[in-house]
Amino acid sequence: MTTYALQTRNLVKKFGGFVATNDVSLNVEAGARHALIGPNGAGKTTLINLLTGFLEPTSGDVILNGEPVTHLAQHQRVKRGLARTFQINRLFADLTVLESVTMAVNERIGIGARFWRPIGAYAEAVDEAAQLLATLRLLDLAHEKTRNLAYGKQRLIEIALALAMKPRVLLLDEPAAGVPTSESRELFETIAALPRDVTILLIEHDMDLVFRFADQISVLVSGALLTGGTPDEIAVNPKVKEVYLGEAISV
Amino acid sequence: MQATLALDLAPIARADRWRPAELAFWLIPVAAYFIFPENLVLLTQIAITALFCLSLDLILGYAGIVSLGHAAFFGLGAYAAGLLAAHGYGDPLIGLAVAAVVTAVLGYVTSFLVLRGADLTRLMVTLGVSMMLYEIANKLTDITGGVDGLQGMEVLPVLGQFEFDLYGKTAYWYAVAVLFVLFWVARKLVHSPFGLSLKGIRLNVGRMPALGAPVNGRLSTVYTIGAAYAGIAGALLAQTTQFVALDVLAFNRSAELLLILVLGGSGSLYGALLGTIVFMSAHHLLSDLNPQYWQFWLGALLVVIVLFARDGVMGGLRGVQRRLDAAFGRTK
Repeated sequence: MTTYALQTRNLVKKFGGFVATNDVSLNVEAGARHALIGPNGAGKTTLINLLTGFLEPTSGDVILNGEPVTHLAQHQRVKRGLARTFQINRLFADLTVLESVTMAVNERIGIGARFWRPIGAYAEAVDEAAQLLATLRLLDLAHEKTRNLAYGKQRLIEIALALAMKPRVLLLDEPAAGVPTSESRELFETIAALPRDVTILLIEHDMDLVFRFADQISVLVSGALLTGGTPDEIAVNPKVKEVYLGEAISV
Repeated sequence: MQATLALDLAPIARADRWRPAELAFWLIPVAAYFIFPENLVLLTQIAITALFCLSLDLILGYAGIVSLGHAAFFGLGAYAAGLLAAHGYGDPLIGLAVAAVVTAVLGYVTSFLVLRGADLTRLMVTLGVSMMLYEIANKLTDITGGVDGLQGMEVLPVLGQFEFDLYGKTAYWYAVAVLFVLFWVARKLVHSPFGLSLKGIRLNVGRMPALGAPVNGRLSTVYTIGAAYAGIAGALLAQTTQFVALDVLAFNRSAELLLILVLGGSGSLYGALLGTIVFMSAHHLLSDLNPQYWQFWLGALLVVIVLFARDGVMGGLRGVQRRLDAAFGRTK
């Protein structure tokens, strides 16, 4: 039997009269590289916000590792293994890279509210942060302030912060957005090298990245799931072609 | 994973070590005592205001909570200690403790109001709370003395040993000692994981829940601590002057405090202390030189410092340090 890391059941989100998420039942298998694609305004970011708890759904359920988390706050879902990155960087401009990631590790191991001993006294957290930076080949930037980094590097910090949560499910919200092609290879390699036991849901516009990386693709159109399948199935699906071709013509 | 990392962890592992410049800074209050023995009252006021400013720095400079009503806690602390001493409980340290507890309770309760909104709402809520307290103190003349102030305080010797004297020597050392101890505690706090998470919240509040941090809990905690610090500062003022005037709760005090913190450099503990020293010294000197129009020069000084030194006095000092380092070929 297949186990699902992340599911939604009949998820609906309305903003006034506008239906942003329309009866979405999504199943993301454990260990999958699952991509969510769709034209602009399809409701991808709304769906991410519902999954992570930034928004509460009008109706329906979000199920993480078999347990409903629909009414849990964001930070409580993070504690249960759901981490995310943001489409637009949400970093800590004046902290160094190592401070940022150490802070994230602190929160995960539950020492974020300790107020007496200095950060350096919790060597296990600092070491873990440094190890994580080493695996992402960011070690030489460890003491640089985040604001001084190139955009491509900042995108990697986005991922580093999420990985510091040791997630079982990782939501990547357009990780390549805004990254110049000269810097995108390193980013793609990092994403491809993420550990296999982490389930990944990728929201992405870059079809190159989607088809290279994903083993399952779901297509979202006007807030509803249009179809889903393997990359080969999606590539030849006439409905998907119509959506993307239709969009291309309207541009 | 590598067994050893080619990374020097010192910048983060030793961030909390005391630097020589810090030790030198704490010689200032000692030196001031001998250089200006005639001005102990003013020096005591500076120490108390520095503590008050430190409390605002914790909530604004570190956690990013703006407040235009921080005098609410200062004033409540002053009245708490004042009323105790006026009713026969004159031990100063017990007075400080009670003031801290009372203001911490008010801070904790009002933190939920303050955290509901964004910056502008917070300004209004903090302002509103302090205005309400002001009018309560104004109205309850039987208890607070209203506009006449609270009189009849009898403050016992500190630790049963050091009596408050006419020259204000005891008052000065008492205020400086309390300031130093609470500064030392605040310093531990800002270098801890908790302090780091506060900076994280200030720099990007939207990211913190995605890192599993309970943002409101953290902010509520630091607001409570900041309130207690302000309360202790107020209690110090009451005890060292043996009087509580209604203006401990006045809007002016909150606004001036904000100014002092920005002048010194918010987000740095020494910024709060230096800002207080610069502001109150300038205030004192200018009002001596030009009793009628001193506010003009004070205003001019503030504009110049804030325009030319980013992050206030502290930012200016860091700039000087960088230039010196560059001139002597040292790298950071």
